[in-house]
Amino acid sequence: MTATRSGVLRVVEREAQIFKSLWRGPVILSFITPVMFLAGMGVGLGGMVDDGTGGSGAGASDLGGLDYLSFVTPGLLVASAMQVAAGESLWPVMAGKKWMRTYHAMVATPLDARHVFGGLIVWSGVRAAMSGAAFLLVAAILGGVPSPWAPLALLASVGCAMAVSSLVATFAVGQESDQSFAVLMRIGIIPLFLFSGTFFPVEQLPDAVEPFAAVSPLWHAAELARGATTGHIEALEVLLHSLALVGFFVVGWWWGTRRFTRELQT
Amino acid sequence: MRPGTPAVASAAVTEPAEPPLIHASSLTKRFDDFTAVDGIDFEVRRGEAFGFLGANGAGKSSTMRMIGCVSERTDGELQVLGLDPRGHGTDIRGRIGVVPQEDNLDTELTVWDNLLIYGRYFDLPRDVIRRRAEELLEFAQLTERKHDRVDPLSGGMKRRLTIARALMNRPELILLDEPTTGLDPQARHLLWERLYQLKREGATLVLTTHYLDEAEQLCDRLVIMDRARIVAAGSPRALIDAHATREVVELRFATSDARDDAALALEQDAAGARVEALAERVLVYTDDTDHTMGRVDALITPPASVLVRRSTLEDVYLMITGRTLDE
Amino acid sequence: MTATDRPERRSPHVPATAGRITPIGLLGRRPVAIIERNFLAYRRMWALFLTGFLEPLLYLGSIGVGVGALVGGVQLASGHTVPYEVFVAPGLFAVAAMNGAIMDTTFGFFVKFKYGKTYDAMLSTPLGVADVAIGEVTWAVLRGAVYALAFLVAMVAFGLVESWWAVLALPIAMLIAYAFAGAGLAASTFMRSFVDFDFISLALVPLFLFSATFFPLERYPEWLAAVVRITPLYQGVSLTRAVVLGDLHWGLLAPVTYLVVMGTVGLRIAARRLGTLLQP
Repeated sequence: MTATRSGVLRVVEREAQIFKSLWRGPVILSFITPVMFLAGMGVGLGGMVDDGTGGSGAGASDLGGLDYLSFVTPGLLVASAMQVAAGESLWPVMAGKKWMRTYHAMVATPLDARHVFGGLIVWSGVRAAMSGAAFLLVAAILGGVPSPWAPLALLASVGCAMAVSSLVATFAVGQESDQSFAVLMRIGIIPLFLFSGTFFPVEQLPDAVEPFAAVSPLWHAAELARGATTGHIEALEVLLHSLALVGFFVVGWWWGTRRFTRELQT
Repeated sequence: MRPGTPAVASAAVTEPAEPPLIHASSLTKRFDDFTAVDGIDFEVRRGEAFGFLGANGAGKSSTMRMIGCVSERTDGELQVLGLDPRGHGTDIRGRIGVVPQEDNLDTELTVWDNLLIYGRYFDLPRDVIRRRAEELLEFAQLTERKHDRVDPLSGGMKRRLTIARALMNRPELILLDEPTTGLDPQARHLLWERLYQLKREGATLVLTTHYLDEAEQLCDRLVIMDRARIVAAGSPRALIDAHATREVVELRFATSDARDDAALALEQDAAGARVEALAERVLVYTDDTDHTMGRVDALITPPASVLVRRSTLEDVYLMITGRTLDE
Repeated sequence: MTATDRPERRSPHVPATAGRITPIGLLGRRPVAIIERNFLAYRRMWALFLTGFLEPLLYLGSIGVGVGALVGGVQLASGHTVPYEVFVAPGLFAVAAMNGAIMDTTFGFFVKFKYGKTYDAMLSTPLGVADVAIGEVTWAVLRGAVYALAFLVAMVAFGLVESWWAVLALPIAMLIAYAFAGAGLAASTFMRSFVDFDFISLALVPLFLFSATFFPLERYPEWLAAVVRITPLYQGVSLTRAVVLGDLHWGLLAPVTYLVVMGTVGLRIAARRLGTLLQP
């Protein structure tokens, strides 16, 4: 087990090394994008929600007494973690497996496929924590973070990133080209982003669709993060949502280690 | 005769020779402060295989790009198929076939679609395209891979497809830039066979290469380029006769000191017409092999191995430029 | 041609673009081959093509309907109030057209340009750089139009179209696509590596969020509203909103001109840059 852990760390170290030379674009993007969404959706659109312009707006009552900015902040926090994790687990995986074959170089050393996979997942978590912390700070300044428990939301963010990364990388490593990646983003990641309780409560979804929120890692993470940034959540909810995230991760890890091993070491 | 072909009718009475397909004089290409091609002159006649031989960076590809009308000359004159690439690029490109150095097949398309769409770039009618594509697949021995994507094809297959593609418009002139670079020996020979076939059918080939065997095998006439200039021209045989001796004695030594001592001694002994000390061997150019061998036997430290062979283009290149091609 | 009518020798360093670059005018026959090429390629990548218009449609469901239920109505500058999803739909329609145009002229172009050397192959045939630029932009306009049409059908199906003038939305979508295709292609010719494409994303995200797409211009701070008024997607959003809500006036000629100029300037820059890069 110790060997495995240090192997994972070596892979993470490699990712960090690459990142140090190329950080500008990705960092600016993974930080600025959610902040712009926060300004546009949270402040701009939020102003309309809170005003209940035109009279029929239901406003705060549907948001559990929250103003819209406070509602949408934790949603955007975990959603950007998911986006970062998905991005880190698609094209870089194809580069490692096929375009640059760096994964094959790694498994020619004492590292094996599990280290490669594990390192990738941990790195996604690190990226999510970094951009998430910066995002939370901005959101707090804008007034979207009412509770002092808010830093705990980063745990939800990291959990979401690791669960998503384990599943998405498993998908990616089985592909022969990147053609399906954009399709996965469009029919998988973007719908999750938009309908997992990020921008509006899932209770508003049609009754037939609402139960499907349970299979969205993003919804569980959003509920946990919202509990932390607002300070309102039941212990049982924390337990169940956390278990769900761990469940996604376990499935991804179990399946992914097999696929990574098959692709890289047979 | 197609429209646009040089009108030679009146000139033909007094001057029976057909005008050259390519005529270049003082052809020059400069990029900012770097001169890639420095005032070269050459002519290519219909039906011949003409080669540019030289090391990487000698200016071969720049010359090819000017002939292919994708790079404008800086100075000098150039006529391709009797037309000036300035102002007639589109017409010329419509009548030549280009096989670039790097494969640039369309990886988003299948083998078949690659041929099909390339024919469309020439605005050929669809039925003509289909007929030619079938023939050319056969020629390139790729009929079984017709519906495959390009990516998984081997290097040799990609090259053959690139050549087939360049033949879609029945070109009067085929430009091949390093046609066999990067291929394994078997794929190379298969490709040479295809190029012979084209030559037999009367095609005019212009190729660049840094392989001497390729130049010797394929080219009727060639020019040797070095540092942006043409340093020698003629048929492979004529070049060897003019610039090299009849035979070469190749000596290898156990140590580099022994090599240097031997080179010096042979030079002083006038063992041959010329002595060259290379990285790991000594070459003695000679027209009198017995005399040379006598000198070799007299060396204090005898060589580890001795090889007597006929001169090749490589020797010509070495004699003229003072360097080997792979340097 | 004989020796006597050989063209006069030019002095060095004077580019002879006249014969090389076809004047940009009506779509000739040659650029059509590039549209055919893209059609052939997408025949085997249909999922990639078809899912391209989903994003704005999903935003319509999430932000338009979902968040719209929290917002209620939007009071327009003209005075009357419309449901939020009616307000937001024209904005997303413009986004659909923009997305369709951007995909193949930025990332898609760069992959073919840098790694596939596809354009080098094209230019060794009678095609010229202007044909390539016109062909790719025309393809992008068609793709944008297809996405916009699909979105328009969805808008009609959801009852979000209030005026018959909405038929004008389709030519407007083509204008938007033209503007972004030209600008996108021009920008892509300056990219050095994939990393640089983060800057294109960095430009597109604020355009998407702050072009009066999701909330009316009146809600922006004064200075920001002034900036938004001169950004390109805002032109498309305001045009689309005007025709879909039946609010036509002569002032709309300004955004039309803006988009035409933007596309044409982009196209010209792209053609010139392609010449510099591919025919040095």
